[in-house]
Amino acid sequence: MKGGAMMDEWYPVGLFSQLSEKGSKTWLMGEAIEVARDRHGNAQVITAEGRALPIRVRYGHVWSSLGNPEKELFAIPEADQPGRRFVDVGVVRVRCSPLRAVENFLDIAHFPFVHTDILGAEPHTEVENYKVEIREGVDEVWATQVKFYQPQAAKSATGGITTEYMYRVPAPTCSVLYKTCPPRPSEWDVITLFVQPLAEDLCDVWPWMALFDDETPMTDLIHFQQTIFLQDRSILENQIPALLPLDPGMEIPTRADLTSIAYRRWLKRHNYTYGAQLVAQ
Amino acid sequence: MKLYDYVLSPSCYKVRLMAAILGIKLDIRPVDFHPGAEHRGPELLALNPAGSIPILEDGDLVLTESSAMLAYLAANSAPEWLGQDSPQETARVQQWLSFSHRLTANLGGARLHEMLLRPGDIKTLQAQGVAALRELEAGLFEQGERGMQFLAASRATIADIACFPYVALAPDGGISLDPYPLIRLWMRAIRSLPGFIEMPGIHRLHELKPDPHPAGEA
Repeated sequence: MKGGAMMDEWYPVGLFSQLSEKGSKTWLMGEAIEVARDRHGNAQVITAEGRALPIRVRYGHVWSSLGNPEKELFAIPEADQPGRRFVDVGVVRVRCSPLRAVENFLDIAHFPFVHTDILGAEPHTEVENYKVEIREGVDEVWATQVKFYQPQAAKSATGGITTEYMYRVPAPTCSVLYKTCPPRPSEWDVITLFVQPLAEDLCDVWPWMALFDDETPMTDLIHFQQTIFLQDRSILENQIPALLPLDPGMEIPTRADLTSIAYRRWLKRHNYTYGAQLVAQ
Repeated sequence: MKLYDYVLSPSCYKVRLMAAILGIKLDIRPVDFHPGAEHRGPELLALNPAGSIPILEDGDLVLTESSAMLAYLAANSAPEWLGQDSPQETARVQQWLSFSHRLTANLGGARLHEMLLRPGDIKTLQAQGVAALRELEAGLFEQGERGMQFLAASRATIADIACFPYVALAPDGGISLDPYPLIRLWMRAIRSLPGFIEMPGIHRLHELKPDPHPAGEA
């Protein structure tokens, strides 16, 4: 089957706060589905043939799967931490591979050129050494000790700071970013990218955040994150090849791409290949 | 002056861009257009029954049409941007200001459909968008024949600012700008204007930024 091992994974299919009884039509890996709220206020996801799909409601979103997930939806312990504000950033559709969307999220080197004067600025373009591993126990990709100079790291940041990042890939189309929290240096801000694969070259991206920031109005937080993501969108839509190459001969990585290399290796190991190109063409 | 603003709205960006070029400070009031649909809520509907943004407030003046906002900003501090040097220039400015509303409908409609999942007949929107781009390309060619680089004159006017954002963001709606060399040249001229600011999807001109490695430092 085309979906391979990714059939049994969980995917975001909508914002829980925006469900309606009327329902909304969307796709999951090429299959038409409808996401709605039933009479009792519960989320439901049904295929075009009327098959009810498994459901989870977590992190502001409704999650579902076309297959039979053996693993529970990944945990984000910070989502239960008191004092955080949860931001539903809303959907953005991108004509790109869902795996490309995640890979771009893991990349830091593009910050000064794409997110100029926000997440990076010339001449501060160097990506210092950082650590990447595939954590065997939890079976996740982790990048730690990532440091980068940022003119405006967050809506709450005033002036440039060197920001520290940790990246985590707990599922093939989801990434969780832990980032220096300007108002509370002992904690990490959590910024996620949840990607709904509509087709191999089309996805809906649902960013979500769990922040310590009591001052910035919610709309400003949403606009900040939408600004960042929309700066990426036009680049994502122009990447060639459209599918993420898993053949090591296809692209030449540099040291700054360590996270991407680990992500691709991890995808290949698990046969997570929906949206990937296996053999260079 | 208070602007009810959405960062991803090309119509709001027109007003921010004009104000930045003219050095006018705006008091920005962010509107949760997506996903919150705040522009359809009671507070903003009371201000603008059409349920659209931007809205510009200055004292008891409330404007809900972006072309009127551009005219107001220009009339306030730089009337030469109104393009009124000759009857022909005045007419061309009005012609392209009206044309810009078609861009909002077709190129803007295609963008909202492809990016934020708004309903619409995408094939029709894209076909109308392409027709508008061809008209703009032809218009710029004719201006070139007159020795003019911009839509209504040899310098930029509010007509250029009104047309620029939806054109520059056409690829967001799945419409390529590759076939239009004069449009690309015109966009470059606008992006070179002193005071130009960017929005997501419209990058600043990299080659016009200060050289991070000035000669002698390498």
